[in-house]
Amino acid sequence: MDTTFLPRAALHLVLLLTCAPLLQGVIGRTKALFAGRTGAPLLQPYFDLARLLRKESVFSRTTTWVFLAGPVVGVAVAILAALLVPFGALPAPIAFTGDLLLFVYLFGLSRFFTVASALDTGSSFEGMGGAREVTFACLAEPTVLFSLIVLAKLAGSLSLTDLLGPHLAAAWSGPAGLSLGLVTVCLLVVLLVENSRIPFDDPNTHLELTMIHEVMVLDHSGPTFALVMYGAALKLMVLGAPLVRLLLPVDTGSWAGDAGVFLAGMLLLAVLVGVIESVMARLRLVRIPQVLIGTTLLAGFALVLVIR
Amino acid sequence: MGWFVAGVLLTAISGVPGFFTTRHGRSGERLACLLVLTGVASAAASVMVTLGAGSPVVLNAPWAVPGGELALRLDPLAALFILPLCLVVGAGSIYGLGYWPQADHPGNGRRFRLFYGLLAASMLLVLAADNSLLFLFAWEVMAVAAFFLVTTEQERAEARRAGFIYLVSAHAGALALFAMFVVLARETGSLHFPTAATLTGGSATLVFLLGLFGFGVKAGLMPLHIWLPPAHAAAPSHASALLSGIVLKTGIYGLLRLTSFFAVIPPWWGWTVLALGIVSGIFGVALALAQHDLKRLLAYHSVENIGIIAIGLGLALLGRSFALPALVLLGTSGALLHVVNHGLFKSLLFFSAGSVVHATGSREIDHYGGLLRRQPWTAVCFLSGAVAICGLPPFNGFVSEWLIYLAAFDVFQGESLTLRLAVLAAPALALIGGLAVACFVKVFGIAFLGEPRTPQAAAVDHDAAPSLRGPMLTLLLACAWIGLLPGTVAPLLQKATTCWAPTVKLASLGGALAPLPLVGAVGWVLLIYLAGLGWWLHRRTRNAPRDVSTWGCGYAAPTVRMQYTASSFADFLVGQFRFGLRTERHGGQIAGIFPPPATFSSHTPDAVLDRALLPGFRQVAHGCSWLRARVQNGLIPTYLLYVALTLVALLIMVAH
Repeated sequence: MDTTFLPRAALHLVLLLTCAPLLQGVIGRTKALFAGRTGAPLLQPYFDLARLLRKESVFSRTTTWVFLAGPVVGVAVAILAALLVPFGALPAPIAFTGDLLLFVYLFGLSRFFTVASALDTGSSFEGMGGAREVTFACLAEPTVLFSLIVLAKLAGSLSLTDLLGPHLAAAWSGPAGLSLGLVTVCLLVVLLVENSRIPFDDPNTHLELTMIHEVMVLDHSGPTFALVMYGAALKLMVLGAPLVRLLLPVDTGSWAGDAGVFLAGMLLLAVLVGVIESVMARLRLVRIPQVLIGTTLLAGFALVLVIR
Repeated sequence: MGWFVAGVLLTAISGVPGFFTTRHGRSGERLACLLVLTGVASAAASVMVTLGAGSPVVLNAPWAVPGGELALRLDPLAALFILPLCLVVGAGSIYGLGYWPQADHPGNGRRFRLFYGLLAASMLLVLAADNSLLFLFAWEVMAVAAFFLVTTEQERAEARRAGFIYLVSAHAGALALFAMFVVLARETGSLHFPTAATLTGGSATLVFLLGLFGFGVKAGLMPLHIWLPPAHAAAPSHASALLSGIVLKTGIYGLLRLTSFFAVIPPWWGWTVLALGIVSGIFGVALALAQHDLKRLLAYHSVENIGIIAIGLGLALLGRSFALPALVLLGTSGALLHVVNHGLFKSLLFFSAGSVVHATGSREIDHYGGLLRRQPWTAVCFLSGAVAICGLPPFNGFVSEWLIYLAAFDVFQGESLTLRLAVLAAPALALIGGLAVACFVKVFGIAFLGEPRTPQAAAVDHDAAPSLRGPMLTLLLACAWIGLLPGTVAPLLQKATTCWAPTVKLASLGGALAPLPLVGAVGWVLLIYLAGLGWWLHRRTRNAPRDVSTWGCGYAAPTVRMQYTASSFADFLVGQFRFGLRTERHGGQIAGIFPPPATFSSHTPDAVLDRALLPGFRQVAHGCSWLRARVQNGLIPTYLLYVALTLVALLIMVAH
């Protein structure tokens, strides 16, 4: 462990913990602009979190400690996963061969407990949401692995920091550019699925039967719900980070510059998500598996292009 | 080695004194438990000493059987199988005191313990045998002892059927092994096992195919897994744990030992094992998702995990074919560590499932519900086992799957383009992992969370007794140990790999296993985060009201039957695998303006046993009886014709 570990980890965590809710605000504002509304202030997610933290939780008499474990694991996993992923040109504080698998499986752990805490309420709606969540995750998982294989092949390494290293800038213009493009599309789809955005899920829907992620957290309230919201915001940022790095492989050489480029990229990504949400309708539930399998095939093509 | 032999003998006879005690007394079972514990402790100790010594320990003694020799050999490869065996057998025998007490089962308790000890001892012998005849002898004892464990409750038709299917498949496999060892003996000229990486023979293909069939049946590789689900469901839970956790692994051990003999491994061996592994993994877990019976579900997960082990083994074989030392090391380490891990967490799951079955009297997942409040210890053990088997950090399942993933990524180090196709094992593993999460969330959520779905589940008033809890917690600790301190097993894995492939230059590798301690460290950080956040949230919500009902969209009178069931949870996902599973649905149609009460049930039969083998054999039996009716038609002239034809045939033979 070198001397820069602590400052680097601190910078990572500060960026993550302070900026994550802002992305949600940017998405909301973008959607409001498209709809011709003024929209909530950019900092609204922070106000929401502060309000929820002041409130009291209410628990169903059916629930047990597993109900609390879902939000706790969600936040803990996102913070830990953030330490494994580079933020733009800032390398990950923890990097070793094979850390990409730990990154993927940590989110599996978070999904396990989110769905378990949904089932803990004994509500059919929450069970339904859980069943959809695990189904889509199963279908998205091979896509993630295909994309990681492509990136690992290009980088010749199995660590996320090397995968998303400075070689990407050259790779885009090289023969692997098409592959990188496909991988970017696939990772964007995975980002939207994992964060329950349109066209896969609608965070603003108000019919329990049609929800996926929102319905799983129907019974959470107060500080417990604050953790759920915060966990979702962190997850969007952590899963968005590789995508931003892929699209903006810029190294400025200074920590402040790198952090600035990364944040700008994240905000642009949030705008992109907002635009997608505004211009697309939500897919029918039965279509989603088909889209996800199609994405897996795209990622497979990306692999075919670089396997030599 | 003396300690090891003593351990085998003690374990083998552990059930015998019970027959001289009273039918309802406790002394017999306590003595048996003590003997088994002493036996496995002494075997485990001798294996530890061997590992410390560095070189394999050998025992050669004469045996009156022609060609046979009491040749035993303990090396690191066998040690990796023997150590979890000792732990699971010991834990199972303590668990049996509470789960299958003689007082409750006067009819079959003593028989059960006799064959339990015999099964454990024969497996120790299988893993240490260095002679084909001794191996086959122990293999047969193992098969028969396992049969008697499966049919412990022989008064139930289900157990008899499961036992019969098991016996038939075990002997079909054993037949292939007999043939395999004969061919092998012709090759080497002796029944003694050849030294690793020395065999270069023309009949290697035949030996491999026979071995793959024989060992594959025991391991439960799809499509040879037919005996596994019914047998695991019918046996008492600690026997299921032993069957699933350890007996299956003897098949993997056989494959490993067999492939270690050969100096050159053709690439198609690796491809075959890899493909079988991927098929077993994906369809094993998909079939598991569709099950309603808790123990059958766990049994299909064994097929899945055997698939994962086979993926690792296949990659390692490819590594030997293409001379990639890192691939060999990662593949073998992953497969071997998964063997150990699966033995630990699957036994943990079967033990906790047994505690649930014991308390509720049912194996149907949809008959449980809300058990976490009633059986908190069992729930924590099951949850940990579930997290481990899904391959999620910070438990041991992740470590072994991680190694196999690294092996899959490592194929890019080779020059061959075909070899690079093996990287497809990684997305397959990801799919398997995703499906496993779905399946275990379903089981844990439906069985332990929510409200009790039946009066039996609501009436559960006791958690696992201390004699059940102790073994479960021991296994849980073992799972956590490998998950959080994976660096401690790395040297053993490296030694075992050297043992399997002595010609591969592992020394040049540097640190293919070096990141293991870091994986463990991240697990610790995760635990610290969880503890901190959990403590904060617990304090913050300590005084929150807890007596409101779950949000039901305004519906004020929910009943427990309105909860989501295991079948409905799995339905969406199982629907994606419609092409392979062919779930049968009965009822559920509503007709008319005032529909009468309707019922719905679904059932997913086994793709191989119920859809192919049983109808196939029925056709064959039908054909045979048709032929018999033609030949034995009851007409005297026809019989006279047969006699005349035989006479003519004999005359022709004599004339020649």
